[in-house]
This record gives sequence, C-alpha cells and structure tokens, in this order.
Amino acid sequence: MSVQIYTPEAFHRQAHDALGNPQIRRNFRKAMDGLMSKRRDVFSDWDLEALRELGANIRLRALAKLPDLLERLEANCQANGIQVHWAENGDEACRIIRELCEARAARAVIKGKSMVSEEMHLNQHLEAAGIEALESDLGEYLVQLNEQTPSHIIMPAIHLNTDEISEILHDKTGTERTRDVDYMTAAARAQLRERFMAADVGISGVNFAVAETGTLCLVENEGNGRMTTTVPPVHIAVTGIEKVVEHLRDVPPLYALLTRSATGQHVTTYFNMISSPRKPGEHDGPEEVHLVLVDNGRSNIYQDNELLDTLRCIRCGACMNHCPVYTRVGGHTYGTTYPGPIGKILMPHMLGLEATKDLPTASSLCGACGEVCPVKIPIPDLLVRLRREAVGEGRGNVPGAGVKRSRKELLAWKGWQWLATHPTVWRGSTMVAGKLRGLTPTKLGPWTEYRTAPKPAKASLHALVKAHQHKDGEGRS
Amino acid sequence: MNARENILKRLRERSDGPLQVPESDFSVVTGRDWTPQERVERFERLITSVHGEVIHATLTDWTARLEEVLKAKSVRRLALGREHPVPVAARAALMDHDVELVDVDRDIEDWKREQFETVDAGLTSTGGAIGETGSLWLWPTPDEPRLISLVPPIHIAVLDADAIEDTFFDVVEAHGWASGMPTNALLISGPSKTADIEQTLAYGVHGPRELVVLIRHPRESA
Ligand code: SF4
Repeated sequence: MSVQIYTPEAFHRQAHDALGNPQIRRNFRKAMDGLMSKRRDVFSDWDLEALRELGANIRLRALAKLPDLLERLEANCQANGIQVHWAENGDEACRIIRELCEARAARAVIKGKSMVSEEMHLNQHLEAAGIEALESDLGEYLVQLNEQTPSHIIMPAIHLNTDEISEILHDKTGTERTRDVDYMTAAARAQLRERFMAADVGISGVNFAVAETGTLCLVENEGNGRMTTTVPPVHIAVTGIEKVVEHLRDVPPLYALLTRSATGQHVTTYFNMISSPRKPGEHDGPEEVHLVLVDNGRSNIYQDNELLDTLRCIRCGACMNHCPVYTRVGGHTYGTTYPGPIGKILMPHMLGLEATKDLPTASSLCGACGEVCPVKIPIPDLLVRLRREAVGEGRGNVPGAGVKRSRKELLAWKGWQWLATHPTVWRGSTMVAGKLRGLTPTKLGPWTEYRTAPKPAKASLHALVKAHQHKDGEGRS
Repeated sequence: MNARENILKRLRERSDGPLQVPESDFSVVTGRDWTPQERVERFERLITSVHGEVIHATLTDWTARLEEVLKAKSVRRLALGREHPVPVAARAALMDHDVELVDVDRDIEDWKREQFETVDAGLTSTGGAIGETGSLWLWPTPDEPRLISLVPPIHIAVLDADAIEDTFFDVVEAHGWASGMPTNALLISGPSKTADIEQTLAYGVHGPRELVVLIRHPRESA
C-alpha cells in the first residue's frame, strides 16, 4: 500500500478519488450503518433529550468558568503531585513533552490514543529527536504500521478491512496472512506487551479533567490506556484546555453520553481516573505524572459567543457516524486531524480558512450531525457561520476570514439586489430573459458537472399569475 | 509573559464578555429506585452481554466457588493481596491447593516480566458495582495494586451483592468521591476488548481475556 499525503487544500480532488473507490465506500458504509443502529438501541430506554440537555449545560458551565477552572485544576493536580504545563500551540506542547522525555533520557515512548497529540504531530516531533513513539491502541497501531493517519477519531483504522489489516500485519510484523481476527489481535497483544514493559514514558490523552479533585479521566475498551498510564515510570497526559469540567459529579452524565454516542455501548470496558503519581508504599503506577494543557487556537474560538459552542465537543464521533458526506468520502479525504462535521467546524480555527475553505461548504446542511450531537452543538449553524466568515461576511473572528471574498461575486449579488428591489426594471429584465432563453450557456462550471444548465421560463411566474387572474376574471373580486 | 498567563489572560478578557452560568439538573442520571434484586439482575445481564462471567455464591461458600473457577480455567499461578479480607480468606482456602499464590506487595520494577508472563490470574476485591451499566468499581491499594486487574489474562473480582448501586452518579455521590480521590479509581465493565479490525469484537487485546465476577450473597438466597 502506498503512502498518500492528504491535505485540506486538495479536498475536492481527494473527495473525487474517494468516491471512485468502491472499497473505501463499502468499508465506511458498513461501519457507519452498524454504529448508527447501535447508538439508536442503546439510547432507547433513556430520556435522551434530558441527558443531552444536561450534557450541553455541564459543558457550558465549564466554559463559562474556564479560566477559574483551569487554575483550580492546576492547583489540585499540583497538590496531588501532578506537574502541570501550559502550551500556547502544538509546537510548544511538543517541545515540552520532548524535554520531559529527554530529562529521563527516554528512548521509547508508548502512547495511548490521543487526538490532541495527532493535532500537534507529536510522533514526528519525537522521532526527529531520536525518540521512538509507538501507538498502542490497536487501531492506531495498525494505522501507524501502515504509515497513515487515523480516519476516524474513535475508530482510527475504520477505513481498513480485515484483509488489508492482515496484509499490513504480515508485511510489517511477519504474522501469518489470515482472516482470523482473534489471531491478529493476539499477535498485536504479544508485540505490544514487550513495548509496554520496555517503555520509558507513557503518553495519553484525557477525556475529562476534573478541576474539583485534580483527576484525569480516560475512557477506553482495550486496556492499552491503563497500561500506558500505569506501567512506564513516567506518564504524560496531554489535552486541550477545553476538556476541563468543574465537579466530579459532572463526569457520569458526560461519560454516559460519550460511550453511547460514540459506539453505542452502555459503558466502555475501562474508565480510568488518575489523581496522582505513585504514592509512597504503592507498588505500581508512574513515579511522575505530567499534564500538558494545550491551547492551539481554542482561546481564540472562546472569544465569540457563537463559535464558543465548538468547544463543548466531547469528541464522540457521532457526527461523523451520521454524516452522509463522511460516510461517502471517508475520513482521510478531509486532510485534517479531525474529519467529518466536527473537523469542519474546528479545523478552520487551527489551520485558518485559507487552507480549509472547502470544508464548511462540503455539507448539504442536512442537520443530522446537530441532531445526534450529545452536547447539542448546532453544527449546521456553525458551518453557515464559517461560510460567511470565508467570504468576509462574518465578524472576522476566524483566521483567514474573507479568503473567499470575490469582487465578481460581490458585484453580481449587488446587481441582483438592485434588480430585485426595482420592480419595473425587474419585470422588464425577466421578460427579456424569457425572450432570449435560447441564448443561455449550456456549460456553467461546477454547476453543470452533474446537472443540466437552468433555462429561464418563457414567461415569469409573476406574468403567468397575472395572466391567470386576468382570465379568471372579475367574478371572484 | 509565559504561556500560562497568556492563555488565562485571553480567556479572562473574552471579547464577547462574561458568560452566564447555567444550573444543572442531574435527575436524569439518578433516582432509578431499583430493588436489590433488580440491581443484581441488571448488573449480571449487562456484564455478561460484554463477555463477563458471573458466578453466584454466598458469604460462606464463595472460596469453594473460587476453587472451582481456578480448576476449570487451569489457573496455576494466582496473584493476590494479603491484607484485605478477600485475599486473606482466599489464601486460607487455597493453602493446601496446588495453585501457586503469587505475592503482589512488591514494586512492579522487581517483577514486571514475571507478572506479564507467568501469572495466570489476578484476584481482587471490589469497592462495589453499578447496576445500570454492569460495572465494577475498584480503588487499587498497596495491598491490591493497579496492575493485577489488568496484566494477567484472567481477572477474578469478588463483589458483594449489597454493594451494587443503581448508577455511576449514585456511587460518586454516596461515597463522597469528590472529597478525596485515590491515586487511581477504576470502573471495569467486562474483559479487555477491541473492535478495531473491521468492527469484529475480539477479547483480551491488552488486558484480561476473561473477567469472572464472584457475587457474594449475604444468605443462601443465591
Ligand atoms: S461535535 Fe458533537 S457529535 Fe461531533 S464529536 Fe463533538 S460531541 Fe460528538
């Protein structure tokens, strides 16, 4: 399998290629259909609206108090013995983590799943410094062996089918070619166990950081997260600044929403709550625990009342699972760390609209994402907002705002506005358009790629109604 | 200024001004009012649906059930604590047994490979369980460290029937978790699993392949 680099700038070409790849479409269709029906079933005995309302409101409360909660989280973590670091952007976070590794003369790092670490390209950064970073979540491991990036935030290897995975494992690790999933899983288990034992540092993400108690919560099924945070002598947790919640009691509702929305599970196998490094007398767990809080554009999103909703996200992936565009083009097509609807509303803030201007428009605004979002993020409204920002009609609060502003388009709309507000000219021009309808071009750029060109009617609706009223006569008054 | 101050300053000087703090109504995650029997049933139904095994026992005969489990699963080396009443009773019952008892009150650095490669099962007590989701909760201790419920291929957990509560929220509230969290608190709901290979479930990917829950009922009601 050849390595392909995907970028958001090439979205249209990538989408075109993906649509022409029936294997990718089948892999995603099958997975997404399964996930959608499981989610439906697992919420069937819940008052889902009340739970979503609570989830949204817990996240909003956390955001309303964000600076105070971050300080409280820091103070409580420190009191528990967890060291806290702050990074303005991904590069700074990478540097902090690299230095922590270097301070321990670390050569081998084992990683639990962390989308923030993907966002800042941590693995490449560490490798450049001669530190090997190995992914231990099975999906992430497969994707890393295949020199790819995750195509889904919860199920990183969802674009691969069993045969492809068997081929990757055979190629890179010398296992037998097989369709036996248990065999492949056992092989990966054996390979990774060696790595857990040998790792100098474990790096994980965080699902919820609890300010009240200084607790880091990790959600997982495999146990690799527990291994990563327990076996190596150092644990570094890295997370976005928006992941903080106020109270411990805020966690159960968010956890209930997360697992059910993500994979249709009542609960995951493990919920791992870490509040301190190994204490004197304890026999396992890391001697050092670090928390790296990463901004990377989040405090900018935070400034704007409408964009703020983006930060409520708990990264469940339900919006992807239910997105008709995502299901057809797959995760890589977006060319961004976070694909699908959440990617479309988040990545423009991280990469700027120059690079991501095609993402907010790659949606029919069908509304499925907003309907399933467990914290009620109005994703379609945010897509519209970003479209407006891209053409310079917003508040200018997004990097690269106005990048799609075009004088020609602006003039056309201005002209249209003038026509539509001057009835006599309007009537005259619709009449002329009707008369000259034979002259309309048959090729109209992307519009006519899949459609026939529109043609003005012989007579406008207005004229037809007029004529109709005239014929029907005065009898009706 | 450093990153910390810059970030906090940007957040504090928010351009659209301060935000309203909403009230939260938690009633949707509590107040199930299940009977003790409903709790046990629900716990069993959910944890077995994700491949956990449940064995019912009484306070007096549970070690006999444990012996049966060890025999059935051909466990030769069992890791367990020494101080908690659960491992104390298990040790007493297994004294003249051919199962080798492995001490866990040793720093992991001293026996990492031994634990990873030669232990067949780990036995632990539990703090209690959650009926709604079929979850055990554990607060590992020096006596029963974190890894014995993770590294050996089989995890055997001992649970008292009357320690099953309705919801996770109820557990957090009833036991005052917010007033003092341990180094590590865990919910465990089944054996380790993955669906990363084309959505096909496989167990034991990193942690235990099997989870056996021995539920101890107070009287002969089981
Ligand atoms: S936007 Fe909503 S649905 Fe999408 S990942 Fe975030 S929380 Fe889940």
